[in-house]
Amino acid sequence: MALINLVSAANITVFAASSLTEAFSTVAAVFETQHPGTNVTLNFSGSSILSSQLLQGAPADVFASADETQMTRIIDAGLTITIPKVFALNLLSIITPVHSNLVSPKDLQAESGILLVLATPEVPAGRYARQLLTRLEKIYGVGFSQKVLSNLVSEEISVRQAAAKVMLDEADVTIVYRSDLHNLQGVKQLPIPEGLSPVARFPIALLSNGRNPELAIKFIDFVLSSPGQNIISQYGFISP
Amino acid sequence: MKVFLPRGLVLAAGSVLIVLLVLPVLVLVLRALTPDFLSSLLNPTVTQALRLSLITTGISLLVTITLGTPVSYLLAHYKFPGRRFLEALLDIPLVLPPVVAGVGLLLVFGRRGLIGRPLDELGMSLAFTSVAVVLAQIFVASPLFIRAMKAGFSVQSHQLEAAAITLHASRWRTFWRVTLPLSWPSFVEGCILMWTRALGEFGATIVVAGSLAGRTRTTPLAIYAALEKDLDVALTLSALLAIAAFTLLLLVRRLTERQEA
Repeated sequence: MALINLVSAANITVFAASSLTEAFSTVAAVFETQHPGTNVTLNFSGSSILSSQLLQGAPADVFASADETQMTRIIDAGLTITIPKVFALNLLSIITPVHSNLVSPKDLQAESGILLVLATPEVPAGRYARQLLTRLEKIYGVGFSQKVLSNLVSEEISVRQAAAKVMLDEADVTIVYRSDLHNLQGVKQLPIPEGLSPVARFPIALLSNGRNPELAIKFIDFVLSSPGQNIISQYGFISP
Repeated sequence: MKVFLPRGLVLAAGSVLIVLLVLPVLVLVLRALTPDFLSSLLNPTVTQALRLSLITTGISLLVTITLGTPVSYLLAHYKFPGRRFLEALLDIPLVLPPVVAGVGLLLVFGRRGLIGRPLDELGMSLAFTSVAVVLAQIFVASPLFIRAMKAGFSVQSHQLEAAAITLHASRWRTFWRVTLPLSWPSFVEGCILMWTRALGEFGATIVVAGSLAGRTRTTPLAIYAALEKDLDVALTLSALLAIAAFTLLLLVRRLTERQEA
């Protein structure tokens, strides 16, 4: 019995948005070396998929979402213990293949067959991307967003899928998180005017159906601590 | 026929399989068949996806019949070097994961692909278009048609064709009036199998054609997209596909039974 307790006492499961894949893998590895004998199991997927799984009763100790909407679903279902804390901010980035003729976001409204791919509006990244297009109307004029969206050829199920289409050079442009950039090869950014990118807020919370709240609290504290924040900023996130 | 296996074992194995194979379909259909089912059929997301599916699978079927009939006739009637090899090649899509098919199609028909690049330079782009949807469907589903037709052409009598020729019917007329009518049940079976497989195509389509409502988001892709936000739409479309598939399957069975009788 003691052994079983020991094992379960050292295990937590963390559900995290797919954009956190690399950052949280490193965070968990460092956390495990600082707490010998512990094991952090990570499950990465789209935040909306994760929140649906949690609502269906999936067992997890911690939820780190890419937006507050998905976190709110979890709170409303009474599945959180602590009040969610924002642990990372993320900006957006418009990317094209490196040899592309496109140089400015303004070029995206051209009618000459630009292939735009976005994540679906249900995914946080897809919603932020559409917000960005609307905000760019301040500079490029009313109707800009609609003109750009008329070039939309596919709504992908995750931001990484959308990025893959641009890396394969099958699509001309997509909008990703700035933190995705270090994973992408053969792409360049179109500069977004200062202050216009929507800010993605990533909240983290302790879940009520977890098996190991003590260790889970330590993990959340580590994410929010300055060593944890340093790791996360290395992957292109901004410390809140 | 005498059953040698212990009855208990057969019963147990049978019930496990039935629960596993039938229960999900049954529950799906029952959950979708609410009083709102008919009204949800009119949901624009549903009609748009169904319309696109019907158009693309219809074109895929026509292309498959046109190209597949002569090829299966050739494979059934002529012996030539490499025939077995060709037959095996044509069966590859049946055992290939559809996603892999999608990647392959992208490498050929994508904008930087073998055929896609010259086409792109001519101003024709296939990726992310309804044409790409049709290509994916033909790739994964046409082998089913060819298999059925091959079997149909093989069983019929050569003598009847020879007789027609000696009666001075042209080869073309012989094919239309003798060969094709004799293989009619196989033709219908091949069409149904091909069409249902094309209707359910998902993996290759999402890779090579992407997913955009009205252009490339066929019914299975619409189900996947709807799972994230509107479960009712997903259920309605899923139930429709399940019912259509089952009805057509029954039809195929009746046809093959009649053939054997």
